[in-house]
Amino acid sequence: MQSCLIVDDSKVIRKVARRILEDFDFSIDEAGDGQQALERCGVDMPDVIFLDWNMPVMGGLQFLEHLRARETEKRPTVIFCTTENDLDHIRIAMDAGADEYIMKPFDRDIIRTKLQQVGLI
Amino acid sequence: MSLSETSFCRFADLLDRRVGMKLAAEKSYLLGARLGPLLQREGMNSLDELAAALGKGSLRLEAEVAEAMLNNETFFFRDRVPFDQFRATLLPRLMAARAAQRRLRIWSAACSTGQEPYSLAMILAEEASKLAGWSIEIVATDISRHALSRAEAGAYSQFEVQRGLDTPRLVKYFSKEGDRWRLSDDIRRRVRFERANLTEPLRFTDQFDLIFARNVLMYFKPERKTEALKRLRASLRADGALLLGAAETIFGNKDLFAPDPSAVGYYRPAAVFSSAARNEGRMATQS
Repeated sequence: MQSCLIVDDSKVIRKVARRILEDFDFSIDEAGDGQQALERCGVDMPDVIFLDWNMPVMGGLQFLEHLRARETEKRPTVIFCTTENDLDHIRIAMDAGADEYIMKPFDRDIIRTKLQQVGLI
Repeated sequence: MSLSETSFCRFADLLDRRVGMKLAAEKSYLLGARLGPLLQREGMNSLDELAAALGKGSLRLEAEVAEAMLNNETFFFRDRVPFDQFRATLLPRLMAARAAQRRLRIWSAACSTGQEPYSLAMILAEEASKLAGWSIEIVATDISRHALSRAEAGAYSQFEVQRGLDTPRLVKYFSKEGDRWRLSDDIRRRVRFERANLTEPLRFTDQFDLIFARNVLMYFKPERKTEALKRLRASLRADGALLLGAAETIFGNKDLFAPDPSAVGYYRPAAVFSSAARNEGRMATQS
């Protein structure tokens, strides 16, 4: 079973994403901000990270820059999942090392598409 | 919503006659689900009232009912695999076969709001270096004027551009205009849209090398499906290929098409295509 870390400061979003991703057979862990997510990654690097952009303490982009700067054995797939829905944000995220980008609101079909695009399902 | 058996039969007959759609009794709930907005626009309170109005012979109302009942579900790179196969197998094979003419014609039949032909156009844009000097025509047709109008505009919602489309292609081919995502002129120019009804004779004078007719024949009655497959066969070159939807087969029509051994979901014209069937299809195509 592949592992997924959902990083979002909204409990509701984490719950909705968890339900969908569990259906795709991922084991789920959660973090409420980028700092917590970095700590989780330090303990056990997930296969895929669902990442919000705007969060307290440490935002998604800052988290991604730290993550990609680390020397790690495993390179996790990062899928941004955010309300930022303009091309500039998308380009910045992809340039920083995101593998895919979801504009909220999302549904099962969109998540399936993105997981397929990155070869996880 | 009130629906007598007579009314149901009137709707079912209309849909079969105008768009080849079979409406089974257990699917009668679709009438209520899809015709609600039309009832509201017409100031009517029930499907029986609409059926009665149809009985007076209004062609405008018939067209509006048929249009409202069509399923326009589609998305970019739907099912993905057929598009991978198009790039990896079909396109190289057809290019080898047409090396002398350097010309390919592709038809996206029942293209709905355009995501399928535009997906093909994106692949062809990405293969441009191999296709230098080639003339490639993508003709996309649908029965729905509303869907065609949306397809020609090439502007999609945030939801639509996330279904099937990967982010690198979104960034490469789209710009954002307000809350819509607009496809680049380069991709839009590669597709020509026309209205066509697969249950009627087609107007094409030249055959195609590749036809995509996905998720449309499944709505037809068996005899309508055979008629449509004959038209598709007559519109396809002998060494061309036909792609059907993932849930569709050529069951009952093996004299027309056979599975393509090198590409799952694709069909090639059957080796034995009776001259009677060929003539029938050709007449239908050219009349």
